[in-house]
Amino acid sequence: MSKITLLEAVTQALGYELAHDENVVLLGEDIGLNGGVFRATDGLQARFGANRVMDTPLAESMIAGLAIGMAAQGLKPVAEFQFMGFSYPALDNILNHAARLRNRTRGRLHCPAVFRAPYGGGIHAPEHHSESTEAIYAHIPGLQVVIPSSPARAYGLLLAAIRSSDPVLFLEPKRIYRLVKQEVPDNGEALPLEKAFVLREGSDITLISWGASLHETQQAADALAQEGISVEVIDIASIKPLDTETIIRSLNKTGRCVIVHEAAKSGGIGAEIAAQIAEKALLSLLAPIQRVTGYDATMPYFKLEYSYIPSVARIVHAAKLSLEFA
Amino acid sequence: MSVATFSIDYHQYLKPDGTLAQALPTELSPEDLLALYRLMHLLRTFDNRAINLQRVGKLGTYPGTLGQEAIGVAIGYAMKKEDVLVPYYRDSGAQFQRGMPFHRILQYWGGDERGSDCDNAEDFPTCVPIASQSVIATGVATAIQYRKQERAVLTTIGEGGTSEGDFYEALNVAGAWNLPIVFVVNNNQWAISVSREQQTSTQTIAQKAIAGGFSGEQVDGNDVIAVYERIRVALEKARSGGGPTLIEAITYRLCDHTTADDANRYRPKAELEAAWLKEPLLRLRAYLNAHQAWDDIKEEQLLQECRQSVDKEVDTYLNVKPAPVTDIVDYMYARWPHNLKDQRDTLLQFGETHHE
Repeated sequence: MSKITLLEAVTQALGYELAHDENVVLLGEDIGLNGGVFRATDGLQARFGANRVMDTPLAESMIAGLAIGMAAQGLKPVAEFQFMGFSYPALDNILNHAARLRNRTRGRLHCPAVFRAPYGGGIHAPEHHSESTEAIYAHIPGLQVVIPSSPARAYGLLLAAIRSSDPVLFLEPKRIYRLVKQEVPDNGEALPLEKAFVLREGSDITLISWGASLHETQQAADALAQEGISVEVIDIASIKPLDTETIIRSLNKTGRCVIVHEAAKSGGIGAEIAAQIAEKALLSLLAPIQRVTGYDATMPYFKLEYSYIPSVARIVHAAKLSLEFA
Repeated sequence: MSVATFSIDYHQYLKPDGTLAQALPTELSPEDLLALYRLMHLLRTFDNRAINLQRVGKLGTYPGTLGQEAIGVAIGYAMKKEDVLVPYYRDSGAQFQRGMPFHRILQYWGGDERGSDCDNAEDFPTCVPIASQSVIATGVATAIQYRKQERAVLTTIGEGGTSEGDFYEALNVAGAWNLPIVFVVNNNQWAISVSREQQTSTQTIAQKAIAGGFSGEQVDGNDVIAVYERIRVALEKARSGGGPTLIEAITYRLCDHTTADDANRYRPKAELEAAWLKEPLLRLRAYLNAHQAWDDIKEEQLLQECRQSVDKEVDTYLNVKPAPVTDIVDYMYARWPHNLKDQRDTLLQFGETHHE
């Protein structure tokens, strides 16, 4: 079996669902003939036809509205926003309708739609192409927010998102779209939503992250391990709802943690994780919770973007502050 | 050199004095006319009761339909059961004919989600965020087209809402994809306090369809016959693959925007008085009187019948038991997430205390 990238795993999952469920349709700007600006839907229109892989007019709110209307009719639309930074015109429809449809109709209508968007920095893209605003969406009741960080998890979680009968925002960390390759069998096996993944077991400290930042987080774990420190690494994956059980179990073991995310610090998901730990594992804590995040500043243009994105050095530094706390 | 031209038709059958502007459409029998007249009276009776309920604290904010009855009633009368209604928030007249009885409409505006239940299970609930329903309606129409069904979607909006980006985005995709959809605009001249003239300098709202690549037309929105007939034709066109239509129904909001509004702050008195002469019930009654189909005794009987049936609906509404507090969370997801279980537990522990 050949190894595939995270991006190819997305394509593979979309292809699997298109082939196995005729209610699955794809829609978005340039996703058809062009295969998407990142090629996430490459070849799918040729395989499944233009009525199932639809190039839409250029209007994000309309894309969300189309998906909601189709989902209410029992289709399983997977809508693509070209970049997360362009998803905000659709926020009204996602927040006011997709996330509320089941509740406001007491279950008569519901919205099994997936909204996909590449997100985050690190590819030297123009302005507005590099933000990480998952916390905005995670604050919306009724919406699930999922972020894969490996080819296997991209495949399994996207299948789960499409099969979910409630709306999912599926954010793809574009910085690692092509970074690593992995064998991912195209067997249609979904991974559970609402679950965090323990990527590495350890007993001295827990590093918690998601998306592209896991790349630096794991490098930091390697560096710390070289110094004889036993590091546990958790991929949150399901940003909303959070798998607090896995987090708390780890903290009860290690008593120390660093939360790493690329998004701005204040009001970020790191704050929610820290609050959950404070509520449920306070007496297990041996040191203050550390957060290594983007700054409360606009994502810089690409000349300085790697000064914004949490680095291995910052993560290691924060881990040491935690470990050295008496 | 001109590269594009367009024209917008205006349709009217019944003039304000009840005389005919043109021969009645053959689709409507004398019985249909009586039925439409009855439905408009029933809606007006309901509307009046709803506002009174709000005034005595038994209903939340409610958007009235006074003067605009012809539009909602015609929509409900023209749509087939298998069509899908994607309404805005002033559509009681269509909704009560489509399996959302008055007691549920009251339940919705009375602050109870269960009021959005509808016997036409695919109809959307009342939509408050302006124009978002327009793009959602195009999604419903896309699903119908995808499945090659002979059904149509009808979505409504006020003339103020047609300034929203979502409205233009919806028109654009409806045209680009030739979707089976009818956009009906209730042009009641006022978007809360902003007049039609302040809203847009476009000569008609109907011509906005031209930008979407399909036809738009105006109807006399106080002429229930014209509204019905043009919607019927547009729905038929949509069901048979002819694509979208925009219908601008010109009427006047004789009531406040909602019970939370006071139109006296902005609406000229003379304009209101002039509008009362053109309202939809008056002219149909004049027509029916002139054709020996109606008299004062029948009118009184009808009013009494309307009052009785609305009384019954109000009674049902006022006697609805409150929903269990767990309803707050239990419809958020197909299954309430295990990770949020503690929140549901808190609700169970403290939620029974109703804060009034």
